[in-house]
Amino acid sequence: MDIYNEISTNKRNSVLLISSFFVVIILLGYIFGYIFFNPYTGVFFAFLISMIFTLISYYSGDKMILAMTGAKEAKKPEHTFLINTVEGLAIAAGISTPKIYVVNEDSPNAFATGRNEKHASVTVTTGLLRLMNREELEGVLAHELSHIKNYDVRFMLLVATLVGITVLISDMLLRSFFWSSHRNDNKANTFIIVIGLVLAILTPIVVQLIKFAISRKREFLADASGALLTRYPPGLASALRKIKNDKEPSIAGVNRAISHLFIADPMRFAGDKVKHWFSTHPPLDERIRRLEAM
Amino acid sequence: MVSALLWGLIIVLVGYIILAYNSLVRIRNRVENAWAQIDVQLKRRYDLIPNLVETVKGYMKHERGTLEDLTRARTSLMNPSLTKKAQASNQISEALKTIFAVAENYPKLQASKNFLQLQEELSGTESKIAYARQFYNDSVLILNQKVQTFPSKVIASMFGFKEKEYFEIEEAAKKPVKVQF
Repeated sequence: MDIYNEISTNKRNSVLLISSFFVVIILLGYIFGYIFFNPYTGVFFAFLISMIFTLISYYSGDKMILAMTGAKEAKKPEHTFLINTVEGLAIAAGISTPKIYVVNEDSPNAFATGRNEKHASVTVTTGLLRLMNREELEGVLAHELSHIKNYDVRFMLLVATLVGITVLISDMLLRSFFWSSHRNDNKANTFIIVIGLVLAILTPIVVQLIKFAISRKREFLADASGALLTRYPPGLASALRKIKNDKEPSIAGVNRAISHLFIADPMRFAGDKVKHWFSTHPPLDERIRRLEAM
Repeated sequence: MVSALLWGLIIVLVGYIILAYNSLVRIRNRVENAWAQIDVQLKRRYDLIPNLVETVKGYMKHERGTLEDLTRARTSLMNPSLTKKAQASNQISEALKTIFAVAENYPKLQASKNFLQLQEELSGTESKIAYARQFYNDSVLILNQKVQTFPSKVIASMFGFKEKEYFEIEEAAKKPVKVQF
């Protein structure tokens, strides 16, 4: 698949994601309204809520994520090489230079976020800067810039924020069902309550699964387009190998909602059994192997 | 029936011409933008070089020749011809490489914060020039392909789109290409 194809796919997926978000929230609002007051009031408020959250996550989701991780803007002369490299790669990619941030963390990692190539940022950890040589850092940054160029950042940002809020709302709803079941024994309501329960439980799971499925392909593609920018695939391959061998604990302030933004899954040390099934990233070995075959 | 078919054909043809024309304009603008990027970086390096010469000339008594080469190449960088510009740019790269290699032998220079910052800035600019050149040449490749191949060739000659020159580097300066797709 070529990059321009990928860009339009990402834009379409973003619209699709927002639409499904609206549908799910309005449906939940209908059921909630049906049970507690009246369905149309529920729909009205649900629409209002989806509108507000979509606007917030589209326009300031990236700032919220940056605040969450405690990123600070990179400055010269301390980060001259980092800034120069990002500027150079942005020229090579034909996009405007994104904002550059550094997080004070020992674990080597990086992520890009934003809504389009003009409003985007790249963040690296101090651990990454310490551990990588110049070619490796260049490889990692090229991977992140590819995410920006391919409009992965927009889609991933919407996934991070809208998925987060859907899970939160379903959870709220679930609690209120349990709470209300004590006083509401009307049989006519049982059916709708069951549907509501199923929906409230299933929604977050389904959305999570979709999120995992899409971001694996994305990482392979960003690796390949990154290699096209630096014309030196071994740089990123060796960076990924260093990340793999790193045994630092995961990054503070990072949870499941934003772990898919990073170049290497920061939650990979969480160590649950269903790890592979729920993994947002393809295995590092597989990515290294593909880069070395280029 | 026949006239409907004819009209259909005309609409398709006009539609194709509009699309092909727009895509030619887009890629030509990209080439121009890419060239502007190279120019910005060349200018940046042009401005940094006097600072470097000023900083190192007190230390490097034996490398007068290299410094003079650098200054001369810097002046010819302002030549408007693309080939001359590329040549001058390569000469500067070579001279800078020599200066930074020689500078390793001067501990006093290595201890100078000013020099180290200049070195970092200049090598940053060097790699930006390389990236800008890559973007420019990639864009020129797409434009030239469109201008040379049928049927976009017809549209290109109708509206006066011309092939563009590559920003070449000398054979010796080329690194081995490692990427295979």
